[in-house]
This record gives sequence, structure tokens and C-alpha cells, in this order.
Amino acid sequence: MVMIGNQTPPQIDEPEIEIDVQNLDFYYGKHQALHDICMSVPKGMVTALIGPSGCGKSTFLRTLNRMNDIIGGTRVEGKIVIQSKDIYAPNIDVVMLRKRVGMVFQKPNPFPKSIFENVAYGPRIHGIKNRAQLQEIVERSLVRAAIWDEVKDRLHISGLELSGGQQQRLCIARALAVDPDILLMDEPASALDPRSTQRIEDLIAELRGDYTIVIVTHNMQQAARVSDYTAFFYEGHLIEFGKTERIFTKPNNKQTEDYITGRFG
Amino acid sequence: MAKKKTEKIVYGVIWFVTYLVVFMVGYIIFDIVIKGLPAISWGFLTQMPAKSGSQGGILPAIVGTFYLVIGTVAIALPLGIASAIYLNEYSKPSTFTRMIRLGISTLAGVPSIVFGLFGMGLFVLALGFGKSILAGSLTLACMVLPTIIVASEEALKAVPDSMREGSLALGATKWQTIYKNVLPYALPGMLTGSILGIGRAAGETAPIIFTVAATLLPRLPRSIFDQVMALPYHLYMLATQMPNQTTIKPMQYGTAFVLLVIVLGVDVVAIIFRSRLRRKNKW
Ligand SMILES: Nc1ncnc2c1ncn2[C@@H]1O[C@H](COP(=O)(O)OP(=O)(O)O)[C@@H](O)[C@H]1O
Ligand SMILES: [Mg+2]
Repeated sequence: MVMIGNQTPPQIDEPEIEIDVQNLDFYYGKHQALHDICMSVPKGMVTALIGPSGCGKSTFLRTLNRMNDIIGGTRVEGKIVIQSKDIYAPNIDVVMLRKRVGMVFQKPNPFPKSIFENVAYGPRIHGIKNRAQLQEIVERSLVRAAIWDEVKDRLHISGLELSGGQQQRLCIARALAVDPDILLMDEPASALDPRSTQRIEDLIAELRGDYTIVIVTHNMQQAARVSDYTAFFYEGHLIEFGKTERIFTKPNNKQTEDYITGRFG
Repeated sequence: MAKKKTEKIVYGVIWFVTYLVVFMVGYIIFDIVIKGLPAISWGFLTQMPAKSGSQGGILPAIVGTFYLVIGTVAIALPLGIASAIYLNEYSKPSTFTRMIRLGISTLAGVPSIVFGLFGMGLFVLALGFGKSILAGSLTLACMVLPTIIVASEEALKAVPDSMREGSLALGATKWQTIYKNVLPYALPGMLTGSILGIGRAAGETAPIIFTVAATLLPRLPRSIFDQVMALPYHLYMLATQMPNQTTIKPMQYGTAFVLLVIVLGVDVVAIIFRSRLRRKNKW
């Protein structure tokens, strides 16, 4: 089919959208934590969420895999479309959603099980029993999370015996083991020392392209280093969203500029 | 200055009371071991009682108590753990759950003889189990249930929420999360807390008098509908129902010794089990 006329040609750098958030409101009981958020998260890229503490970054992140469902009295309005499905539609299987959308938490939370069992936990939950297959998944995930070389000779030791930075990479491996498309990270390096932080940032750069990554950070240098897109939140509102480079060099909004230049927050 | 003095006095009193308790426990154990051990022999442990219990062994009472402990654990532990899971993982705070909790704490304060009468009314008579291991175990289970529920709930609360969130975020269902990533870590605590209740069940007399205990039954039970002898009740019988108390003293102490070993044995097994699980699940 040939298209002629005023049809806009597809732009080269128009990214494919993985998560489309439309007019999202979120309430903890009567308290509204998110106001009318509209945002399109591009596929295969790293999107950073920044903003002062308490502005709703974690809340927003947790709406994307419906982790807020487990908190009583919460309510969502608006739409979040992931891979062309409204994830809050009544027929959505939350289990399948969370398999597609993995999550890494602020404080590393390895299970008190062996390294192997930590990584095999997700695949086992989803019905993989074959030992060889599990072994293959565990190795692949640990390699992917850049921790294989450090633990390959001691997969049987408890995940809790690792250092904080290793624990966090183990948690990333655990999330990768269920083969998600999207990875949500809530300040994954905030509890870590600078060297471990560096390794996590390197890892994010490694994973970029294969996964759509949404990362919360309160560290603006980190956002500038690791992300392609940046969203600035303030008091439950999405103030500005765009290419990281532009947000950090010529923000459109005064509040964004003030925050980035360290004038508040 | 006066403050320091009060501090010293309080410390002294606490120190004294602590050691007094330790001393009394030690003395009781010492007394029973010294007087009971000589009565212990292979025959005492493996023979049937003779001459209405004044001679022979106490095998049926040992076996009876053993069965009652197993029966109580088998009934009360799953029920108690299931209740705790419901209360801590599923139910939301409401008037209904407050009523349940009130019921549980009330149950914990009910005298054991009342459980005995209740067990006789419900299990022995109304449900027609007769005086039997089943009726006795059910009665003891009712008695220890509050202890087990409370201990199990504490153990569940001790598992950090990050374990639940980590599992749910991987796409596990709520039940998978509880079963695979909460219960295993809570189990050691549940068992430890439950030991107290189970040990108490092994040593109780009042709940079993009307529901299972036989005064003298020189044979082993063949089914859960049989009556059995039990150590605490046998001891009670030897201490109160026998004419020549002096000659029967060794029998009494021997029985007390065996009961003590079983109760402490239950504790030790559970503690070993707990520490093994705990070493595996430390965060
Ligand atoms: N579980 C909760 N219950 C009630 N209010 C909450 C809860 N979690 C967060 N909030 C509130 O929602 C707002 C946003 O919090 P959050 O998303 O954690 O911010 P951030 O991650 O940007 O620091 C805050 O005002 C916070 O107090
Ligand atoms: Mg946060």
C-alpha cells in the first residue's frame, strides 16, 4: 500500500512505546499521591524518575507492576497500558503481569536460601521443574547480572552471606530469571557503597536495549549517567518528561531547573 | 545518690529472684533424678503394671502418653498454624478478627479441668468417641491451641515484608508466597513457641481424666478408639489411691522421672530442630 499526501512519515528517532500511562491518579485512602500522570515510557531504554523525597516516585513505580494492590485502601484511576493491554482491566492476570514486569527493591532482599534457589525461585514458581533447565536459567541470569564469576563456585551458600552490592546483583539476577521485558528499580543503589553503585550502573548500561528499565533515583548525577529519558516528579505531579540530555541542559520548567541545579529538594 | 541506691536494691532483688527460680527448678529436677533413677530398670520401662500398679512396670502409661502427645501435635499444630496464617496473612483488622482474638486469649485462660469436662461432653459423649486416645488428644489439642496460634502468629510477624514483596514481584501468588517464602522461615519460631504448649499437654492430668485415662489397663492400645494409661494420671493414681505409700515411693518417683524425661525430651528435640532450621534461614 502506498501512502501519499499529508501523512507524517515515521520519524527515525520516534521510539516504540512500552508503557503508556494515561491520566493516572493514585490514592492511599483519601490521600492522593499521584495526580493525572501522563507518560510514555520508550521500549528498550532507561527511564529515570527523579524528584524530592515523598513526591510519589516509588508509588508511581509500584503502580506499573500493581505492587500497590497489596496495600489496603489504595485506589487507581486512569489507565496504564503495557504491551497494548490495560493492566488494571478486570481480566488481567496479575501473576502474568509481574512475570513481564520485574522489580528490584531499594534494600536488597535476597531470600534466606542458597544463591541457586534464590535465582531458581521465579522459574520454579512458574512451573519449571527440570533440573538441567533450572541450572541453565540460573547460570544465564547470574551471568547477565554480572555476578556469575563471583559466585559460580559457591551457588549453594546462602544469598545472605554475600556483600550488599552482590546481594543487589543477585536480586537483579532473580528478577531476570523469569524473563521479564520490563525492569523496575527503586533506588537500587541507595544502600550501597560507591564501588557497588558503579557496578550496578554498569550493569544497567549492559541491560539497556534488551530490557525496558524504569529506575527511581534521588541522585541526579546517577540519573544523568544511566538514563535516556528522565521524568521529574514534584508533589505527586509529573512536572516534566523528556530526553535526559535535554532535561539536564535546557529544562522547560522552572521547577525542574531549580531541582536539577540543586536549589531545592 | 538515692537513685543509685534504689538501682542497686532493684538489681539485687532481680538477681535474687532469678537465681531462686533457677534453684527451685534445679532442686526439683535433682530430687526427682536422685529418687527416681534407682527405680528405673529395663523391666520398669517395658513391663505391664502388676498388683494394681504397686509392682511391675509402667509401659502402657509411657506408650499412652506418647500417643497422646503425637495425637495432640497432629491435631493442634496444623489447626494452630492454619489459624495463625489466616489471622496474620489473610484477614484484615475488623470486629470479626477482634472477636477471634478475644476468643483465643480467653481460651488460654480457661482452667484445664474445664477443658476436661468440655472434652467429655463433646468428644466422649456427644460425638460418641468414648473414652479414647482420639477424645483425649482432641481435648488436649483444644487446650494447647491458643499457645500454638499465638506463637505461630508471632513467628509469621517476624518474617520481614520484603520476603513477601520479593516473592509477589516475581509473579508468585499469595499462597505460593506464603507456602514457599514465609512459612519455611516462620516454622522454627512456630515450633519453639508450640513446644511449651505441647510439653504442657504431656504433663496434664485434668483434661485426660474423663476423656482417655485408664486407671489400670495392662495392655497396649490397638486403635485410636482405645483407652490408655498416661503417665501424669498414673502418677496421680500412685500418689493418692494406694494404701501403702512408703513402699510405693520408688514407683512414684520412677514414674515422675520418666514423665520429666519425656517432657524435656520433647523440648530438646524441638530446640535442635529449631536451631537447625534457623541456621539455614538467617537474615
Ligand atoms: N503505604 C502508604 N500508605 C499511605 N501513604 C503512603 C504510603 N506509601 C507512601 N505514601 C505517601 O505517598 C506519598 C509518596 O510517597 P513515595 O511514593 O514513597 O515517594 P518517593 O518514593 O518519591 O519518596 C508520600 O506523601 C507518602 O507519605
Ligand atoms: Mg521511594
